[in-house]
Amino acid sequence: MKNAVGRDIPDELLVKGREVYQGKNYMDGKYIQKAAPKTRRCENPAESKIVESITDALKLCGARDGMTFSFHHHLRNGDFVVNQVMAAAIEEMGLRDITIAATSLGEAHDPVAGYIEEGWVTGIQTSGIRGKIGEVVSAGKLKTPAIVRSHGGRPRAIEGGEVHIDIAFVAAPTSDCVGNCRGIGGKSNCGSLGYAMTDAKYADHVVVVTDCLVDFPNMPASIEAIDVDAVVVVESIGNPKKIASAAARISQNPRDLMMAENVAKVIASTPYFKDGFSFQTGVGGPSLAANLFLERYMDERGIKMGWSIGGICGPMVELLKKGKVGKIIDVQDFDLDAVNSINQTPNHFEMSASQYANPANKGAFVNKLDFVVLAALEIDTGFNVNVLTGSDGVLRGAPGGHPDTAAGSKCCIIVTPLIRGRMATVCENVVTVTTPGDCVDVLVTDYGIAVNPLRPDLIRCLDEAGIPHVTIESLKDKAYSLVGTPDDLQWEDKVVAILEARDGTILDVVRKIKPYDPYQD
Amino acid sequence: MDIKNVAMAGTLESSDVQVTVEPGDNGIELTLTSSVMNQYGRQIKATILETLERLGVSSARVTVVDKGALECTLKARVECAVFRSCGQSAENIPWGGVIR
Repeated sequence: MKNAVGRDIPDELLVKGREVYQGKNYMDGKYIQKAAPKTRRCENPAESKIVESITDALKLCGARDGMTFSFHHHLRNGDFVVNQVMAAAIEEMGLRDITIAATSLGEAHDPVAGYIEEGWVTGIQTSGIRGKIGEVVSAGKLKTPAIVRSHGGRPRAIEGGEVHIDIAFVAAPTSDCVGNCRGIGGKSNCGSLGYAMTDAKYADHVVVVTDCLVDFPNMPASIEAIDVDAVVVVESIGNPKKIASAAARISQNPRDLMMAENVAKVIASTPYFKDGFSFQTGVGGPSLAANLFLERYMDERGIKMGWSIGGICGPMVELLKKGKVGKIIDVQDFDLDAVNSINQTPNHFEMSASQYANPANKGAFVNKLDFVVLAALEIDTGFNVNVLTGSDGVLRGAPGGHPDTAAGSKCCIIVTPLIRGRMATVCENVVTVTTPGDCVDVLVTDYGIAVNPLRPDLIRCLDEAGIPHVTIESLKDKAYSLVGTPDDLQWEDKVVAILEARDGTILDVVRKIKPYDPYQD
Repeated sequence: MDIKNVAMAGTLESSDVQVTVEPGDNGIELTLTSSVMNQYGRQIKATILETLERLGVSSARVTVVDKGALECTLKARVECAVFRSCGQSAENIPWGGVIR
């Protein structure tokens, strides 16, 4: 059945009340039955919940075949915990048929690809899939299709019982002996633990894995001991060098800066750019550099930013310290400046993924966003964005908060170079729709700006400000004139990944790629 | 044009292509790898074969390692490798003739 973005969703996936994507805010006003976990009573006043090893923690939690384990990705590419837990579960305990429900999976988790190929891990649910895991899933080696959700869609699915977590693992930079966890104060600090919060509340069992045990009580706790079954102290939970970069540098690349300046110009031309406005940006080159130019416009007009959310990095913390942004509400930290600021700098707060972006709750921050500046792997002439699959059809990306912030914000700006190597970023049809075009408002490239025709109000704003813009079709034509028109990818029937829209409907599927073989034709 | 010696043109940098030609006696034996194979493999293969034909090369072992080069780069690297292989790359290059 074709959905609202024109993608053909196989009928066999439309079971158990699953629907195809119907358009923005389709689920508004409907009800969600929240699931409740079955948790173990810890009535006996025990001194400590510390157990010897991850294997002991798994046994305590009744780990068995067919379970779903959850993980969060605040340790990013430095994470050791997923691999440590999976090695204990599979190599020591011999557990089979395990589903990994993670907030993101990347190169740090390449060993899991082996467990997929050998059939130990049979399910993957994630908001990001890169590295070898992406390759083996794309090659059809995972027994069930992977399910990819946005950062807001994931807590929605957990709260609604679509994902039942048997054991949640919290990678904690610090914990006390009963499991009060914080993202700071240890040797592998990551700052916010926002993505783990819903998991800890809805999992049957919660295991804290830490490399820095601190005195009780570890307060204010991001993950509370009331939800924790066991604490395991390991040598190291991650490589600090890969957890947070030293400082997110603002790009010096003139092309990035030109695009960033145009992003700021577009923002400043809209009526939403007024005192107290709200803003989120990614940490990619041009997105991050937009901060710099935006600050100039703020100074010029004598206005301040009310608040900023998202993955946070140094330049935003700098604005907070200068008093140019009122509050930062933070679900993840990207660099040490942000890690060292959360819950330390006044008005730099932590939030859960649900509070950040869940479309099924009653007050997600993304719904109050004025502007979001995002990147894209591809964007097509319907303004649909792909941030999941490479142009070769292989899973190598992360929807993350992209679809949530795009849908919630008043003005969603995509900033991307027109071409990357021989890849046309602006194209006829994206490989996979991860953010539907009805949520995307403006595209800024190095060859021009295009405004979604669904937003005549923004077109007027740009015209009045004298900002030149063109059609997205002309940008696509320009891209193809440079790199050539790509051939359509060839797919097999097998679905390797299901891409859920943030509301739980099916936005797209990824099939097994049929690689082009130059010796066969 | 006959391929007399082993010759190479291009690099393995992103957006470039490395072309190696060697003497052969079994028509064009092409080995092709590309970072953009699924979208551009057909076009890359066609361009290589067309360029060789235009240069009058009918027998050679040709190895192409493409890193996402544009069409113009690909043609230029193939032409250069062929001319180097017959020692014609130093002088009397037929610009505007078989080289386009």
